[in-house]
Amino acid sequence: MLSYTVRRLLIMIPTLLVISFVTFSIIKLPPGDFLSNQIAELQSQGDRAAMEKVEFLRKQYGLDKSFLEQYAVWVGLWPGERGFSGLLQGDWGWSFEYDLPVGQVVGDRMLLSLILNFSVVLFTWAIAFPIGVYAATNQYSWGDHGLTLLGYVGLATPNFLFALVLMYFANVQFGLSIGGIMDPEYLGRSWSWAKFGSVLTHLWIPVIVIGTSGTAAMIRRLRANLLDELQKQYVVTARARGVPPLRLLLKYPMRMALNPFIADIGNLLPSVISGSAIVAVVLSLQTSGPMLLEALRSQDQYLAGSFLMFLSLLTVIGMFISDLLLAALDPRIRLTGGAAK
Amino acid sequence: MSSSGRAGAIEHYVSTEPFDPQATEWLTPEQERFYRASQWKIMWWKFRRHRIAVISGVILLLFYASILVSEILAPYHLHTRDTRHIYAPPQEIHLVHEGRLVGPFVYGYSMRLNMVSLKREYTPDRAKVQPLRFFCLGDEYRFWGLIEGSFHLVCPAEGGTLYLLGTDRLGRDLLSRIIYGTRISLTVGLLGILVSFVIGITLGGISGYYGGWIDNLIQRFIEMVRSFPELPLWMALSAALPVNWSPVLVYFGITIILGLLDWPGLARAVRSKLLALREEDFASAAVLMGAGPGRVIGRHLLPSFASHLIASATLSVPGMILGETALSFLGLGLRPPVTSWGVLLNEAQNINAVALYPWIMMSVVPVFVVVLAFNFLGDGLRDAADPYK
Repeated sequence: MLSYTVRRLLIMIPTLLVISFVTFSIIKLPPGDFLSNQIAELQSQGDRAAMEKVEFLRKQYGLDKSFLEQYAVWVGLWPGERGFSGLLQGDWGWSFEYDLPVGQVVGDRMLLSLILNFSVVLFTWAIAFPIGVYAATNQYSWGDHGLTLLGYVGLATPNFLFALVLMYFANVQFGLSIGGIMDPEYLGRSWSWAKFGSVLTHLWIPVIVIGTSGTAAMIRRLRANLLDELQKQYVVTARARGVPPLRLLLKYPMRMALNPFIADIGNLLPSVISGSAIVAVVLSLQTSGPMLLEALRSQDQYLAGSFLMFLSLLTVIGMFISDLLLAALDPRIRLTGGAAK
Repeated sequence: MSSSGRAGAIEHYVSTEPFDPQATEWLTPEQERFYRASQWKIMWWKFRRHRIAVISGVILLLFYASILVSEILAPYHLHTRDTRHIYAPPQEIHLVHEGRLVGPFVYGYSMRLNMVSLKREYTPDRAKVQPLRFFCLGDEYRFWGLIEGSFHLVCPAEGGTLYLLGTDRLGRDLLSRIIYGTRISLTVGLLGILVSFVIGITLGGISGYYGGWIDNLIQRFIEMVRSFPELPLWMALSAALPVNWSPVLVYFGITIILGLLDWPGLARAVRSKLLALREEDFASAAVLMGAGPGRVIGRHLLPSFASHLIASATLSVPGMILGETALSFLGLGLRPPVTSWGVLLNEAQNINAVALYPWIMMSVVPVFVVVLAFNFLGDGLRDAADPYK
């Protein structure tokens, strides 16, 4: 188990390196950069002092250097103006738009993103698990059909529109203002129980909205797996010998069906993170989504890069955890974990 | 051999009757039909049993057929504005006017500006009976941007209006815009799948056929691509599309972006099937007869799991349609004048639309129907893909 964990951890390093490279390339794809846009603007206004500052920043952040060099400085593999100071050293870079270090601009957005995504995964599991088991044990019943349909509806409704409508109805029917992820007075404050409580009361709408789209796939897979298992001989034998239904269900078939359920977090996480990004824009949550969008538009390269890296890191770590859980649940997995084929 | 030596032995006998090799197990005509049917035929039979999938297939066929003749189906042109009917609610179709059968008609609107809320208030005017015209001449258009025409399936009465789904902030007919948007939204998915197929089959094929270090390399690469969060990356890529690109170029750019992240699942499926199939006798035979890798993969191996590929493609189209919708909704995807469902939904983005002009959100209905239909169809195809199971 230990060697598997270590091997799995080592694979993450090249993965993250490649991801960071691809991310950076994509961000640098549009011609020009934030500062050169800025300079063009200042030149037309003839603002000397500001231009000098921008020139200084350009140099400090190595925007005049080649692409590869910029990348290496950003990651922290190459000394920039301030020595080795990049992602590896925990420095997220500088946000041009806010004129602040990215670390400060981001604030607790990343933490909130983490909370949001984690809650969605928990919610999806909590909903999909009982429904999937019910649908499998009551195959072709009205409940099965109804719940499956409900899952499909969740799948086919675009997240953002669902968020919009839910926001409207929560406002009209219950007088709730649910935009944002906490009450405005807690923004920028340090964490306290009151702030945490406020986050909790706001969290449920995005969690439901994002959760519904992933639940359907989860339900279907659990149902299919459990159905396969329930038709096997040992289940029939056990039933013939009079093992009580609940015990029968929980003892083996459930355990077998649980495997793919856990493994699915690898599929679930990217979609949850995607979903949360767009829902966050609609509901103007103070998570990474809206700021990422804005940073992408204004070519605020380090800010956008940090968010993209953070979201990818979240996915990679999530997959790592799911692989570990899987290996813990099913010892056979480890054997095939090495070279493929 | 002679039998004369032994007493009571059976005499040598050869029947002159014609021999029927199937005499022992006669197949009924139905059985014969079944056992001799081609693989695709059996798939079709199996698929046909999945009722919802068949219905979904028909619905999708209708949708796709509609994009061939969008211009004719839509009562108005995509860009026709009616400044006297801004944010007009949907008009109802009536048949009977004051106890007299008129045929399908709508009541024209009379508009009053509410000076308090500054909201336009439309009320159906009972005096304005506007019968619909069928197979008629109306707004002019260029059919597929080429042939000029003005023939429509249905048009408003002369001087009348026909806004079955209401109008938007510029007074454009929403139904017509949705019909035109169908053309864009549905083809985005198809083109995206095409991109994803080309990459997926090529990489998966190479990986599965050659194995060894190439396989390892491609597998690691696939794992990396899979751990990208899709939408944020789509956002980044579409933000990177040059601003000065024409809408048509942006459209192709978006389809490629959508396809770029979708292929890993496909490549994995292709690889695992190939790994199993390349050991089969027919594959070895082809190799021994001197067929090159391209021919072995393309001619001998791919067809044996083409059905699986089609099923999985069907299941990933809705993701792309939703992806385009999401990107356009954020303003990163397609831009007007190109009109897709996402572009239409972009206009429904504010809370005002939900509260005051809810019909603007009608464009979500086709998204919903098509995504559902693709999912059901994909399920049916997947079940039918392996007919011998």
